[in-house]
Amino acid sequence: MSTHPPSRFSVLSSSSLSSAELLSPTNTSARFSLPSAPSITTATTGNQKTLSRPNIYDRPLNKTRTAEVSAPAFAFLFSEVVQYMQKRVSGINDLERRLNTLGYRIGTRVLELMVWRAESTSKAPKREIRFLPALMTIHTNVWKAVFGKPADAIEKSVQNDDEYMIIDNDPVITRSISVPRDMSQLSCSSFTAGIVEAVLDGLGFPARVTAHNTPTNDFPLRNTILIKLEKSVLEREELFK
Amino acid sequence: MAIFGLWVINKAGGLVYQRNFADGLTQMTSNEYLVLAGTLHGIHAITSRLSPTGTSSGAHVIEAETFKMNISLTATGTKFVLLTSLAEPSANTVLQKVYEAYADAVMKNPFHNPEMPIRSEGFDIRITALIGTGHT
Repeated sequence: MSTHPPSRFSVLSSSSLSSAELLSPTNTSARFSLPSAPSITTATTGNQKTLSRPNIYDRPLNKTRTAEVSAPAFAFLFSEVVQYMQKRVSGINDLERRLNTLGYRIGTRVLELMVWRAESTSKAPKREIRFLPALMTIHTNVWKAVFGKPADAIEKSVQNDDEYMIIDNDPVITRSISVPRDMSQLSCSSFTAGIVEAVLDGLGFPARVTAHNTPTNDFPLRNTILIKLEKSVLEREELFK
Repeated sequence: MAIFGLWVINKAGGLVYQRNFADGLTQMTSNEYLVLAGTLHGIHAITSRLSPTGTSSGAHVIEAETFKMNISLTATGTKFVLLTSLAEPSANTVLQKVYEAYADAVMKNPFHNPEMPIRSEGFDIRITALIGTGHT
């Protein structure tokens, strides 16, 4: 910064500014002043603009191959998300609820994007109206779109008619997370549960979705997403029969 | 050939992880390990200044009569120390993989506080899978 003083200081020689002035935080405007920011200046010169990668907003929506995010980068981001939230909550339930809310915001967008990618080119676009096909769509398509692989199993609760489970043996987002013993109830897959809840809501199957750790010897990170459907959904399913 | 122990020393010289594998070295109390790690941190800082040909990354191996100490310094100042038998050839690859496990299971874990002792189950599992009982 001292070698390139911002233009509004140009009447002064840089040596006339004391070093304390140069270092004071109020004087750092050069870093934010638009004309000197290199990214802006290169964008306005026509020749270089064609070389730069297209802006993220300008890239085609239905290209999936190049739109993947690096898993380690996401792991660091998610780690910070959990740390950020942990400082602002009063307990495990609160933390799970917040992760769920965050996932919900993603789920609404995932559904929209997925439908657009899959149905926009088809001649007879369809929408799932029965619950089981919708659950299968979540198990395969949503999981593939979000995690790059289908989930491992779907189960139906034996005791309760309104409960279904999606099982992931090795959830991508919790792969690097070790929950301490005093918080063993916590499942960071609540985030995934939020995504599922939003997709179900968007398809018209309101439900309450929670995540539970169900480790086995082979899969210590195994996680079960529990879907508890609302009564109205079951009543509507009855009418279809 | 055997791997006796693994230490992870943070950038301030504190021992944040210590685990024994094969028998062969005297067992010490955790306090003694802390003192040794601090001493090694100091020695390492001195060795990095001793080089006659400019900058140096410090000691890589310290050999004793019955074991050797393999030291790997990361760019962020964390040190991984592997205590092995003299003939152990895999020390450097093991240290590299330990660093990998550390990056995956410790640094990406939201419940780990940087520079604090490592209490991450995932890291323990990875290290067990990597070194096991220490007999190679």
